[in-house]
Amino acid sequence: MTDQNLEQSVADAKARLDQHTYDTVQWHFHESTGSPFWLQKKAELNFDPLSEVNNFDDLKKFPLFEDEWLRGGPVNRWIPKGLEGQPTFVFETGGTTGIPKSRVVIEDHRLDYEMFSETLPDQYFPKGANWLMLGPSGPRRLRLAVEHLCQHRGGICFCIDLDPRWVVKLIKKGWMEHLEEYKKHCIDQAVTVLTAGHDIKCMFATPKLLDQLALALEERGTSLPEVGITGIFSGGTEFTPQWTRYCVEELFGGPAEESGVYMTPTYGNTLMGLACSEPVTKENKYKITYHAPQPRAATEVVSFDDPNELVGYGETGRVKLTTLTKELFIPGFLERDEAEREEPHEMYPWDGVSGVRPYHVFAKTTTVGVY
Amino acid sequence: MLNIPVIRWGEEYESLETQEVLHHATGEAIANVSQANGGIIQRDMRKAHKAREILKEFSIEQLIEMVGKAGEYFVNGTLKMGDGEQTPQDFIVQQSASTGLPEHMVELGMSKNAFVLNNMDRILDSLTRGLPLDILSAGWGKEARGIPVSYQVQTPILGAVLPSNSPGVHTLWLPVVPLQIGLVLKPGPQEPWTPYRMFAAYEAAGIPREVWSLYPGGIEAGAAVLGACDRAMIFGGTATVNNYKGNPRVQAHGPGFSKILIADDCVDRWEEYIDLIAESIYINSGRGCINCSGVWASRHTEEIAQALAERLGPIEALPPTDPEAGLAAFTVEGMAGAIWDMIETDLAEDGVTHSTAPFGSRLVEKDLCGYIRPTIVHCESPENAIAKKEYMFPFSTVVKCPEEKMLSSIDETLVCTAITEKEPLINQFMDATHIDRLNIGPIPTTKLNWLQPHEGNIIDFLFRNRAFQVPDELLG
Repeated sequence: MTDQNLEQSVADAKARLDQHTYDTVQWHFHESTGSPFWLQKKAELNFDPLSEVNNFDDLKKFPLFEDEWLRGGPVNRWIPKGLEGQPTFVFETGGTTGIPKSRVVIEDHRLDYEMFSETLPDQYFPKGANWLMLGPSGPRRLRLAVEHLCQHRGGICFCIDLDPRWVVKLIKKGWMEHLEEYKKHCIDQAVTVLTAGHDIKCMFATPKLLDQLALALEERGTSLPEVGITGIFSGGTEFTPQWTRYCVEELFGGPAEESGVYMTPTYGNTLMGLACSEPVTKENKYKITYHAPQPRAATEVVSFDDPNELVGYGETGRVKLTTLTKELFIPGFLERDEAEREEPHEMYPWDGVSGVRPYHVFAKTTTVGVY
Repeated sequence: MLNIPVIRWGEEYESLETQEVLHHATGEAIANVSQANGGIIQRDMRKAHKAREILKEFSIEQLIEMVGKAGEYFVNGTLKMGDGEQTPQDFIVQQSASTGLPEHMVELGMSKNAFVLNNMDRILDSLTRGLPLDILSAGWGKEARGIPVSYQVQTPILGAVLPSNSPGVHTLWLPVVPLQIGLVLKPGPQEPWTPYRMFAAYEAAGIPREVWSLYPGGIEAGAAVLGACDRAMIFGGTATVNNYKGNPRVQAHGPGFSKILIADDCVDRWEEYIDLIAESIYINSGRGCINCSGVWASRHTEEIAQALAERLGPIEALPPTDPEAGLAAFTVEGMAGAIWDMIETDLAEDGVTHSTAPFGSRLVEKDLCGYIRPTIVHCESPENAIAKKEYMFPFSTVVKCPEEKMLSSIDETLVCTAITEKEPLINQFMDATHIDRLNIGPIPTTKLNWLQPHEGNIIDFLFRNRAFQVPDELLG
């Protein structure tokens, strides 16, 4: 793609985002379609979203979204009137102690993962293949989303039991032997599924669990390629360039063309959905650059001091998330991560983020579990 | 700037993740150190048995001779350090720069390491209480009285998660390679120097590099070393020590809470002991677990605190290059201030007196680091919260406590110097299981006898003395 074409794509994407922002704000703040939460908030604002938000930049007029608002009930306050009566899920995040944050979902998780499905290469994620979901179970969006992704591609998804809240408790209590046993318990479940003749070719795994699974298979004299895995998607701040290189060079036995195993990183959470990565290659030192699923969600890298100020390309800042779907409106939420701002890419003609890692101020106190 | 790779069984590995080692005062980057991820360590440990196989190609006596040579290289050699070279003077300057230790203390630490390497035969002889060393190699042999004896090795390698702020602890793992056991070390983030220089010195002395792995890295790397090695050491705070309490695979080294107790039969002669008390508090900038952090007596405690304050209170924070420098810097920005805030909170309690207060402010804050000058605190009672505290600088409380309550009040104590001549009291000290090393009489807590075990005998940790039988003809 020439610079001129990329420039045009960037401009088109920006226009789409502006229009989508306008439509989404109209939906969430109109009396006939908006959610009780936002209609109530509207009264507290010193501007009228319906007439004064016409593009993405206008979202700065809103105060930052506070995720504390997501704690507790009634969760129905988040359901837009325009979607009332439809079957609704509630997904939770956190919750090791106290009341977890909740998000209601009708079909966003399906739409997000169907979009993500378009980015998966069929050669390594064959249509009709069965999947293993090696990640958290319970009231997690990820659990159902991965299962839907698998079903959307024509397969059947096998899952394990994994309670991440118990894992965090074990770490906080310093019960490292119990933690080790729990990890083994999860991996044993995965190995059992993979070696039971279910013809599983694809999987989701968190970085730590993928690491442990590969080691467990090797101890049993086999490997991920040997048990038939060809496509893996994984995610999180532990998915670093060094970790990717280690997986490719040591766990898989080489790049996808040689080993037959393809892995793609993703970045996301219950609020946003799934950001995809530009292709990760050895030549690029396994650099991982994510782009949000615009226009349904956008990520920005903003100044640590001013959340409304973008940092320059290549500079470091806090990751700011905006979600713009019919089910959820989040006008600017500061993630617990920091990253570098990246230029638009031909596959994703809008800003990206790279080097995602826990925000350095929080990093010292954050407990990262096995998943 | 030096680039220091991960070492995987002797092979250099440049990670895509690196961390800079910074000069504590200027912030200048001295080295860029590759960081290992946990998976790499776990995978590598599946080949751990090879380290012992390689080392068993040498006799223990040969290895002892080689580590003696390594001691010479360590002190005098120009050795490989990452993608560069390091002279002994470079080592002194670099370790001082990153750890905040005065240069002359680094030099002293260097000579301690060399002493251990040069006297390995005597040290192993004392650690094994005279056991013929080929018994450790073969796993069994015959005692002088003709009985079979077996020492079964419990691991082919020792793992160690090393600290940044106490280079003195390296002497604990130096005897491992001569025992035909490989080394897997996670260096402290600010102190890669000793492990890497020792690795180079051992190689120069002819010990195969394949018996070493060096994994600089974060918390994940430390956890992987502890999880993947059948025997490992870790150095940390009280919480770390408690985490691994009762775990036979992990030897956790933490604060020492070392103390000097002066009994009633000697306390009226307290002035005779001030020199050894001051030395126990101050030497090596008070950083060691064997430094004294509590002086206990039933009377004269105010005078003892006053005398120590007059001795130590005027000591200033001097640049690390100054041969008179006695204080090490706190290299983490803001840490000195945070520690001083904690001390000030405790000083507000009734019955607590800050004896060094008349000698000026204790906290010395620089742009990127900080110092705390020697601090002596008098406590009217063991119940004062500060009586149970220990810090990484010359700090001690002087605690008033009746003699009969001392042993039940002191809690865990790594080194206890008990100044008394009363036999019944000495017997009580002998039976006190919460004391690790016991000095009876006026001996500084910091005085080491290298021919005695420190905080757990490495032989007991790495080998199991078990019952063993063979037919008489095999016993010979």
